[in-house]
Amino acid sequence: MRTILTAGSFAVVALLAAPALADPDEDNLVINDELQMVTETAAPAHMEHVDTIYSGWRFRTDETQALQIDDFENPAMIFVDQGMDLFNSVDGTEGKSCASCHEDVAAFAGFHAEMPKVMNGKLVVMEDFINGHRARAMGAEPWKWSGPEMQAMVALIGLQSRGMPMNVKIDGDAAPYWEQGKEMYYTRYGQLELSCANCHEDSYGLMIRADHLSQGQINGFPTYRLKQAKLISRHNRFRGCIRDTRAETFAEGSDEFRALELYVASRSNGLSVETPAVRQ
Amino acid sequence: MASGVKPRVKVPKTASAGETITIKTLISHPMESGQRKDKEGNLIPRSIINRFVVEFNGENVIDVTMEPAISTNPYFEFEAVVPESGEFVFTWYDDDGDVYTTSKNIEAS
Repeated sequence: MRTILTAGSFAVVALLAAPALADPDEDNLVINDELQMVTETAAPAHMEHVDTIYSGWRFRTDETQALQIDDFENPAMIFVDQGMDLFNSVDGTEGKSCASCHEDVAAFAGFHAEMPKVMNGKLVVMEDFINGHRARAMGAEPWKWSGPEMQAMVALIGLQSRGMPMNVKIDGDAAPYWEQGKEMYYTRYGQLELSCANCHEDSYGLMIRADHLSQGQINGFPTYRLKQAKLISRHNRFRGCIRDTRAETFAEGSDEFRALELYVASRSNGLSVETPAVRQ
Repeated sequence: MASGVKPRVKVPKTASAGETITIKTLISHPMESGQRKDKEGNLIPRSIINRFVVEFNGENVIDVTMEPAISTNPYFEFEAVVPESGEFVFTWYDDDGDVYTTSKNIEAS
């Protein structure tokens, strides 16, 4: 009897200690000593199973976190600079650059925080928007979805919204896409039969082999991933996750990933846009 | 010819005379090692920055010989004593003969 009691009290201690180990850390993200970011806030009303949402930054090591605190240290800024060069360079048959029409990229402040959104009856993500303008206004060839030019431009436009709260629209004409994305989020894929929710909702904070599982928030994309040493698009990351379930993945730029992007972005509503973030 | 090479440096604008400051530098450069092969199996020729020099008011601060194993976008962080107001001049030497230079002024009080 005594042995059983002791074992029982051990179990209680272990249970109490476990959440503390699994939680995101308590660090506060301030960029360039001036820009206070929201990395933790109440979950948006539509999320039924999560009370608090956390930026992926809170799940990373101190060394990785430090890279995002100062723009000089942030390797993604090299690509943002390249994006700025692209913004000003003429391309296509019309002899125009982005700057010919948009003049100052700062005018895009707030735009990224609301993407993806429905425009002219279609769900549009940032890559669609950029390639659409390249085709219609510039007469230029479309950029490859996860190519360096495209992601540099997405990062540049996204940076203009840094610090603003994510705020994608999920009702009205966005509702059917959002429902489709939600369906995908809770669908188990692949030989391992894992849904997004199995890791990023049920198990965030735990270790998946050597990786500290985050909530899979996409408020920092395109993200500089240290292991790939370049900017990674949202769809590239989706593809990577689904591949890891040993499933056939959807293509980057597919309607399925557009819908999933809308749904996952809506789970970040309230967190600061961190584009371009730095992750492991 | 390496394209898109862009030097950037971070130096405090002011310091007190004799203070030790931290300088950070980064230059975007592919640093092609000369060891890699392309899809056809041909060696990709070496193209790196082979030397990095910093001077303060004409006096040498550091002089680095850079080797092929240094990765893309070389980053240097080092400390320097600032005895007086002046100018830091940063110079990178490319294998192809290009020289990239940038400078920063610092006010010592």
